[in-house]
Amino acid sequence: MATVRRRGGDGLRPWAFVVPALLWTVAFFCAPFVVMAAVSLWERVGTDLVASWSFVNYAKFFARPHFLEAMANSLEVTAIVTVLSILLAYPLAWILAERVPERWQRIALICAILPFWTSYVVRSYAWLLVLANNGVINQALTGIGLIDEPLSLANSRTATVIGFVHFFVMLLTLTIYANLKQLPKNYARAAADLGASRFATFVHVILPLTLPGIMVGAFLTFVLCIGDYITPQILGGNSDLVMPQLIMLQIGRRADFPTASALAILLMVVVTLVYIACARWLKLERA
Amino acid sequence: MRRAGGSGLGTAAAVVYAGAIYAFIFLPVVVLVLFSFQDGRFPVPPFRGFSLRWYEALIADRYLTAALVNSVIVALVSSAVAVTLGFLAAFGLARFRLPGAGLQKALIVAPLTVSYLIIGMGLLITFNAIGMPKSLFAAGIGHVVINMPLCFAIVFSQMGAHQANAERAARDLGAREWQVLLLITVPMMGPALFAAFFLSMTFSWDEFIISFLLTRFDVTLPVEIWSMLRSGLNPKTNAAGSLVFFISVALLLVLELAVFGRRRAR
Repeated sequence: MATVRRRGGDGLRPWAFVVPALLWTVAFFCAPFVVMAAVSLWERVGTDLVASWSFVNYAKFFARPHFLEAMANSLEVTAIVTVLSILLAYPLAWILAERVPERWQRIALICAILPFWTSYVVRSYAWLLVLANNGVINQALTGIGLIDEPLSLANSRTATVIGFVHFFVMLLTLTIYANLKQLPKNYARAAADLGASRFATFVHVILPLTLPGIMVGAFLTFVLCIGDYITPQILGGNSDLVMPQLIMLQIGRRADFPTASALAILLMVVVTLVYIACARWLKLERA
Repeated sequence: MRRAGGSGLGTAAAVVYAGAIYAFIFLPVVVLVLFSFQDGRFPVPPFRGFSLRWYEALIADRYLTAALVNSVIVALVSSAVAVTLGFLAAFGLARFRLPGAGLQKALIVAPLTVSYLIIGMGLLITFNAIGMPKSLFAAGIGHVVINMPLCFAIVFSQMGAHQANAERAARDLGAREWQVLLLITVPMMGPALFAAFFLSMTFSWDEFIISFLLTRFDVTLPVEIWSMLRSGLNPKTNAAGSLVFFISVALLLVLELAVFGRRRAR
């Protein structure tokens, strides 16, 4: 029967489109989160999990120095990585947007992010090849006689930072380039006509206008960096643990789900706080 | 072409800077691929000559080929589910006025804001509690959780008024709802669906931590490579890593040619 459908006559049918996705999200994202929050209030006694409903795991975090240290390490590494990545990526994005001929830009950009497509695990391993005691850098430096003893670059915080910066320079180049390309060329021309030097134009016109791109990229960097287990585990080794490593230790070695859950929730709280701080700061900048 | 204001010195500085960053970006990949062809036992300098023996070792490794097959299966199936669910939700929310639509959208994209480690851990603890064993299936569920929000966002952003008009015309001509969806909306949304599917595939293909937490025997390729890392620096690991890189770049080329090539041709 061919009937003309009326707006009001849809009834429950539209829900049929949305409900599968909603159910999936509730069942496999929301519910596990609630379970994790509940388990974080339990306790591991011997080999059993006891539903004790106490904040003992959270108290543990503040009582044990190495737990607090892991959080400090996480924040420190993430802050260093975010700042370094912005400083390195911005000039590259600017050169790509301003100095590379238009028709080469797309190819230059694809090249700049090509290593993005190596597997994440493999990329950290590849840095190990470069930074190891008998790796490329040490052999090159010994070869030209600059050093006698190999520098111990791998298994250090430096290696973790290098691995992270490598990944996030690519990411930030993309977000900042996209932002630069959206700026009308007239702004720079107007500033020049009004007598601003190229430097002044950049500082007073271009940079403020690209702050949104920087902030988006920086926040993405922060979230992905602080939650990552692979890079610090492969490149950082077993000293100076960061939070994800600590969480995985609780799961892997001790099957201590309550402590792992509490640590994961604390990490989420920190990320949320940073998000709120960032959002506020962004609004202030715009006003 | 140089811009009018660009001084020679500035251009030189730009070239040097860009060159240095490109070198930094490419260094590990070049080292990885180069030493996957190493004719020797260590993937570090000096390069002892060209050999394909590590790729042969790769093909002969039953665990690795099984992991590769698992990765392809989970990428294909989880992406198909993610695109289907994301597309249906985008269609429902774009075409009908539903109460609490903003809240529903927020709920569907919420997993994008949480780290994979926490999503994987939540699933691990939950499956553990209901007695569901670790498996590739469990990891696939996790992959849909991380990719569906992305598919939804991509498809939703591409749902425009001209598709709605075509859908209305089809309905006026007597098409049933499923016919409208399959014969009008899906073909019109083709590029967006394709992009969402391929992006999901690459994310699923590369995903490590969820698969690591949720599989035991039927592991995916990144997890298998992870366990290869225990043997230290090894040209075979280089070969496996290079292979993953080549496959990803091939996927990227397909996406570039199919989606962006078509858009340019229009």
